Amino acid sequence: MSRLLGDGHRRFLQTLMAVGITDEQEARALYQHCCDTHKMQCIPDKLDEFIEAINSRLQPMFMQIRKGMSEENGHQYYLDLIVSSENGSASSTDILNSTDTMTSKKLKKSETEHLLTRLVQDKWLCERRGEYTLSTRCIIEMEPYIRTMYQDQVKVCHICHNIAFQCQICENPSCGIKIHNPCVARYFKGRVEPRCPACDDFWPHEIPDRAHMTSPSSQQGSMNRTASTGITSSPTRRSEAARDSTRVLVGVCSCRK
Amino acid sequence: MTQRKRLSNVQSSSQSKRQSNSFMTQEEDEDATFTQPSTSQVQRGLEKLTPAQVDQKTAEVVQYILVKDQKKIPVRRADLVKHVVKDYRTVYPEIIKRAMRTFEQVFGLKLVEIDSKNHMYVLVNNLDASTARPSPVERPSNPKMGLLFVILSVIFMKGGVVRENLIWNTLKKLRVDPGQRHEEFGDVRKVITDEFVRQRYLEYVRIPHTEPVEYEFRWGQRSDMEVSKAQILEFMGQLHEQDPRSWTQQYREVHSAAAASSSQASSSSNHR
Repeated sequence: MSRLLGDGHRRFLQTLMAVGITDEQEARALYQHCCDTHKMQCIPDKLDEFIEAINSRLQPMFMQIRKGMSEENGHQYYLDLIVSSENGSASSTDILNSTDTMTSKKLKKSETEHLLTRLVQDKWLCERRGEYTLSTRCIIEMEPYIRTMYQDQVKVCHICHNIAFQCQICENPSCGIKIHNPCVARYFKGRVEPRCPACDDFWPHEIPDRAHMTSPSSQQGSMNRTASTGITSSPTRRSEAARDSTRVLVGVCSCRK
Repeated sequence: MTQRKRLSNVQSSSQSKRQSNSFMTQEEDEDATFTQPSTSQVQRGLEKLTPAQVDQKTAEVVQYILVKDQKKIPVRRADLVKHVVKDYRTVYPEIIKRAMRTFEQVFGLKLVEIDSKNHMYVLVNNLDASTARPSPVERPSNPKMGLLFVILSVIFMKGGVVRENLIWNTLKKLRVDPGQRHEEFGDVRKVITDEFVRQRYLEYVRIPHTEPVEYEFRWGQRSDMEVSKAQILEFMGQLHEQDPRSWTQQYREVHSAAAASSSQASSSSNHR
């Protein structure tokens, strides 16, 4: 169903396309600002509908505003389109060394460094103390691709069923389930003796402090995942916990079939 | 359909809505395989295609232009036809029309043909800039735009055209030396005389009969569309602590331009 858009929608979309990714608070503020600027009615809880209207018009062009969750602190991020990279977490040394084995295109060390800096700047990678990880934006955008191409290697969070790069793993060799750090915080909150949800072994890892993760908002997390070439989990399989804690962000991404 | 047949169709049929391009010149070498189809040809072409097919092709054109416009270099019709439209060229006018509508309705952008001879398009913001207030989400800004703004200001205040030396001297005073590599802008001269010109922000034209050769700068078509002269005058007023009205000639130009664009804006809103 195609909806009529106003200038408020258009300004929102333009800003999002320029900035790439925002968190929930920014999205709400932007929504308010766009409506005010163009004298459109702004109902605070109707951000999702607002975005849905834009998405309905973007759909014919295989584009969409999507939301997702940050692995680092549980914020849900909406995010934006384009190119990719590889590997869960890699040290800068590893990355620089790996360029030696590239056959299709030779990259000098300085070019690699420059590329890495740019990818971080454009929010495709995160860098911390010399280690590079995929950004939230990257993971959300590339999820279908990653699931297909790395089917055997990709780790999936036992709680929310999304791809897991930064996660804790059950130490039981015959179990080995993975859980995102924020999902761990949520799941084990308040439990005196944390136990693996799959094998019941003692969960040996430090339980992250829930206060540093997002506090659950009342908003429903609706993952608009259209057109994937890989396996995408249906909303019904998600645990209640995952559904509750959803802070949302907006970006525009490609969803070509 | 052979080339010859298409030509004769164009010549014999009713006048096409757009600039007719029936005669191929040397310059249009690369455009040689494309002549603007007539309205009746377009009608016939549409009959052979499903609405879904036309929509799909429109979507592809929109995406192509969105990506290409990121570099701010005008999109050539020849490239569009060769890489995207391809077999749908008979219904090209219809596809472009729909793409324009999509840009306006979904993105608040206007697809404008800035060169009706060589057929090139740019995307311009269609949203009302005058109502814009500071946004809670700041769009990443390009430092080169600051540089451009200074140049555009100088040109505007000097009546619309300046000799290049004035620009170089002004920039030198701001510690941007075209002779040296700049930390932020790199090869300053190249950015201004090549990049900005290709992006249609500036025009860099040779002054005839000058020896050694001298050039002059003017506003480019993109600047005309994207940059608000009113804003520049406002900024000048703040900079010199003067009322913008004290520059009577420029003030007059701003307000006649504003009148023209506001009538344009109201007519475009009627089409929504």
